[in-house]
Amino acid sequence: MAIPMQATPVATPTGAAQPIEPAAGSALTPPGAFDAVPMGFFTDTTVCIGCKACEVACKNWNGLPADVVALSGNSYDNTLHLNGENWRHVQFIEQFSDDRADGRWLMMSDVCKHCVHAGCLEVCPTGAIIRTEYDTVVIQADVCNGCRDCIAACPFGVIEINPVSKTAMKCTLCYDRLQSGLQPACSAACPTASIRFGTIQELQEAATARVEQLNAQARDAGRPEDAYLYGADDSLLGGLNSFYLLVDRPEVYHLPATAKLPSQDLPAASALGVGGAIGLAALGAVSFRKRRMDSFAEAARDGRGEEGGRGEDRGEEAMGEER
Amino acid sequence: MRLGRGAATAFPGSLVHSNAILIEGSNMAECHPVAFRWAMQAKLNGAKIIHADPRFTRTSAVADLYAPIRAGSDIAFLGGIINHVINSERWNTEPFFKEYVATYTNAATIINPDFLDTEDETADKPLGVFSGLGPYKEGPWGLNGFVGQYANASWQYDRAPVGDQGRTAATAQSGEQPVESGQPGEEDPVPAGPPYDALVRDLLPDNPARRDETLEDPRCVFQLMKKHFARYTPELVSEITGCPPERMIEVAETLLTNSGPDRTSAICYAVGWTQHTYGVQMIGTAATLQLILGNIGRPGGGIIALRGHATIQGSTDVPTLYHSIHGYMPAPTVLKDHNSVEAYLKAETLPTSYWANMPKFFVSYLKSMYGDAATAENDFGFAWHPRISGDHSHMPMFIAMTEGRVRGMFAMGQNPAVGGQNARYQRMALGKLDWLVVKDNFETETAAFWYKAPEVVDGTIAVEDIQTEVFFFPSAQVAEMDGTFTNTQRLIKYHHKAVDPPGDARSDIWFTYHLGKRLKALYEGSAEERDQGFLNLTWDYDPDPEEVEPWAIEDEPSVLKIMREINGYDSATGEHLPGFAALKDDGSTTCASWIYSGIMPGPGLENLKAASRVPDPEGGGAANLGWGFAWPANRRIIYNRASARPDGTPWSEEKAWVYWDPEKINPATDEPGVWTGRDVPDFAAGKAPDYEPEPGAIGLDALSGTDPFIMKADGKGWLYTPTGLVDGPLPTHYEPMESPAPNVLYPDQRTNPVLKAWNVDGNPTAEPADPAFPHVLTTYRLTEHHLSGVMSRWLPWLAELQPELFVEISPELAGEIGVANTEVVRVLTPRGDITAKALVTRRMRPMTVAGKTIHHVGMPWHWGYQGLVTGAVTNDLSLLVGDPNVTIHEGKAFVCNVEKA
Repeated sequence: MAIPMQATPVATPTGAAQPIEPAAGSALTPPGAFDAVPMGFFTDTTVCIGCKACEVACKNWNGLPADVVALSGNSYDNTLHLNGENWRHVQFIEQFSDDRADGRWLMMSDVCKHCVHAGCLEVCPTGAIIRTEYDTVVIQADVCNGCRDCIAACPFGVIEINPVSKTAMKCTLCYDRLQSGLQPACSAACPTASIRFGTIQELQEAATARVEQLNAQARDAGRPEDAYLYGADDSLLGGLNSFYLLVDRPEVYHLPATAKLPSQDLPAASALGVGGAIGLAALGAVSFRKRRMDSFAEAARDGRGEEGGRGEDRGEEAMGEER
Repeated sequence: MRLGRGAATAFPGSLVHSNAILIEGSNMAECHPVAFRWAMQAKLNGAKIIHADPRFTRTSAVADLYAPIRAGSDIAFLGGIINHVINSERWNTEPFFKEYVATYTNAATIINPDFLDTEDETADKPLGVFSGLGPYKEGPWGLNGFVGQYANASWQYDRAPVGDQGRTAATAQSGEQPVESGQPGEEDPVPAGPPYDALVRDLLPDNPARRDETLEDPRCVFQLMKKHFARYTPELVSEITGCPPERMIEVAETLLTNSGPDRTSAICYAVGWTQHTYGVQMIGTAATLQLILGNIGRPGGGIIALRGHATIQGSTDVPTLYHSIHGYMPAPTVLKDHNSVEAYLKAETLPTSYWANMPKFFVSYLKSMYGDAATAENDFGFAWHPRISGDHSHMPMFIAMTEGRVRGMFAMGQNPAVGGQNARYQRMALGKLDWLVVKDNFETETAAFWYKAPEVVDGTIAVEDIQTEVFFFPSAQVAEMDGTFTNTQRLIKYHHKAVDPPGDARSDIWFTYHLGKRLKALYEGSAEERDQGFLNLTWDYDPDPEEVEPWAIEDEPSVLKIMREINGYDSATGEHLPGFAALKDDGSTTCASWIYSGIMPGPGLENLKAASRVPDPEGGGAANLGWGFAWPANRRIIYNRASARPDGTPWSEEKAWVYWDPEKINPATDEPGVWTGRDVPDFAAGKAPDYEPEPGAIGLDALSGTDPFIMKADGKGWLYTPTGLVDGPLPTHYEPMESPAPNVLYPDQRTNPVLKAWNVDGNPTAEPADPAFPHVLTTYRLTEHHLSGVMSRWLPWLAELQPELFVEISPELAGEIGVANTEVVRVLTPRGDITAKALVTRRMRPMTVAGKTIHHVGMPWHWGYQGLVTGAVTNDLSLLVGDPNVTIHEGKAFVCNVEKA
């Protein structure tokens, strides 16, 4: 009764990475795992329809509890914020003038940014928070002692204590799925390709093209060119592995315009002198993220895919400022 | 009704080829988020998305252009667009439009001189109604409910009445309303059969319809239509709809510039158009617009009816409808001369168009019902077939229940205690039943009505006064059984079981099949004439170990045996039929639903095309012909002959879809010349573009090589419906049954003159512009829940996303009644009142209609008194009133008041 089972004709989100077959004989790479290169999300908020399929798919895959509360009255948002049991949160922002001549209803699926310079990872005293071979940031529940330091260190308010596990929790970028060559549950469920999953490099290309398209349309229609990328370059915490296309100021989406690491509040007198730190920072601003991705790619080519994960931060040597 | 088939003309994936998409009467992003991916891909390709709706919804949020229109004013809005388009410079200078319209539609056809439009006023006929209006005379059933009736003889084509026979409004199919369809009178005898070719030929009209290809004759359809919509100016439309005139013009211009030989626009709609007392006419206005824009039958064009529930399309194809048997054939009825197969075929067969094959479809259907017992000698068992006697659709059946005329009910996949209009009335009706069987996944509000309904809890009716015996059967879910879905685009997809159902839960097929077997056992040995149909009914779907996988549900019937009967087989050999072209009218073929024929041309799952999952290769034809099976004959865009010019060449490279290849060999005839392209042609494969019918030809032979609408008697798309609809040949703006506004267009004819209304206790309606109920109430769904909530309010991950019923109102209305966001309000209609929290939002906006400020009040209807999250039943507010063509209710526009609770 063999029915040919082929891939569905439903288009995969543009730019989504396809599973990469492991090299023959590779002992390190689990069967079907994605290649160890920086990966993440590009969220195009202009095609988000606020369906919350990402929230449900996330809870379903990760076995997160529901928390039925009263109607919030905050537009169609009854999730309200990211926390230990809501790893995805769709924001609804209503912008209407008094006479409704101007009106927008912005929607954006928010998630952990998987920062290249992650404050949570920097402050975690137990080593529970790791950087993976995909350059993502994951909290290991069995190592977390619930100290809450990471909660305070996150400039995006992503992390909270999960009431069931009593440990700090947030999006893992579906680390378990990535290791099996499956894209994250949320992007797989997204019906409109608002959440795109892929390598940072291909996501950046797609995102740049989309910004150019939107702004060209705006120019043609005589509207302001308001589309831009948030977190795609390395100006914000070395870059966000979950970055966004926005059409209004970051604060409108409850995102900080600037963010800094906890260590930046420390007196700059430790290992490096002030000048050295500035010099390194300048170097990083130019090309840090590029070099970082190149180094991942090189590691992958050399079959060192598994290195760099499990608590080792590849960016550590280059920057010297994390941890 | 205007194009020939009750189905989406294209498929959602075709939207990626659209240059503009108008979504109206639909909140597509919220209610069809998966199909909406294609609209968003079109947007990513640069297409313009337009949303016209009373509310600024999640669809509006991603649209390029939003037009606010008052609930129920869509005919005025679309009529304004039609008026703008046909008087525009582009439409009158780009030759594509007139060529398409003159060749492919009935624009050139001359209409009977006796026809009077709503715009014509005579001593006998006021403004606002068409010629022929008179009182309605109820039939034996007594619940058809019409407030008037049209004699439509004057609406006909001049000299040559054109038929639509059975393919008419549901209420005309059933015989509730007589419709002039060009068939001979009862007294004219017809040749006997089988074969029935002579009978069909005998039905041919005497004269061809008169036409004026220049479209100049004042009595031609185009000129009548132009005159009909001439008063739909942006200003008048704005006064009716509340939409700023310049916004309507912008919508019209966007559609106009994105239609043409190398551009196409699509229209998507859903129940926002159907649920009105003139819903069929709203959809007809859209069809008219798409025909004059040349968008039907072409990639990225069409009208896509978005079905709100999995396999709703299937439930009309292989129907659960009262007025229709399989494949859109009319149900035998006592209200017409259906006293024999010949009488039925004489009344229902169109001699021209593909419907001329009706005798083959119908006799093959009777063979599927009665098997070997159906013979030419006993009229194929026709006398055993049940016959209807009036409107047996949902609302009249609940009225009959209240009157004690319906004694028992099965509720499977339905929750009328929440989803029914005037739901309190419907729950009270359930209490009049002797027995009620509810088969569902959870104990629904319908199953629990006798002890949990608000009127029981508040003591209005005592539990002990409800005598209904309620049986609850646990139901298996879709993923717990093998079977098929028929999706929005006529696409039938097979699905495998994913997990076993829990406990003793059974599939609907299991329940129905075994119920039938037990009933047949009870009838065993009866000599009563009325029982012979039941005794002779073929009912053999026992599991076949060779076909069916090991199965958790004991005695689950074979879905493949059912599919085989639907597909059809040779009555003698049992061999599967390759498609509906193989059907015979002499009983030698058996086929339950002719439109699905070809879905299973051989035995076994490997031959079930619905189970095929072969997508197009990269850069392929885009129709994905190997992905499932779309009726008819796997055609994905229907009427696709219109994707080519009259001469058979594509309109443009960009929009090439199906075209005539004079060199290519037609495999059926081995001769050169065949329709080919990216889709299965919806046309006679070898009929050349220059083919002209011989006099006396029947069936498809009677249509020319430029007639794309092969189910219509004249092969044309109908801008004007001379027959088939019971409320007029052209769409006209009327107000909803309950409305705060006057009919600005026709002050003396406020509502549809032939709508259905039932004057029964428990269903009071508001007076026109009733000051006690000044606001427009509109009901709808949210992404987070499904229909009456049975499949969502019991699930924690969905329940938390929208935990409570709410009432959406504007800050202006909230200010008037002194209510803040999330405070509790009471919503009142003549049927009752309920309370819920206010959601105050600028997405709702006051509108100026006929010089008056009108507020909309928006309420989702997902909540009830069972499940994880509960709330008041919104439908306790709505009313029993119906569209005259299909008896759908008017849940999208009625009136209410809102006050602080």
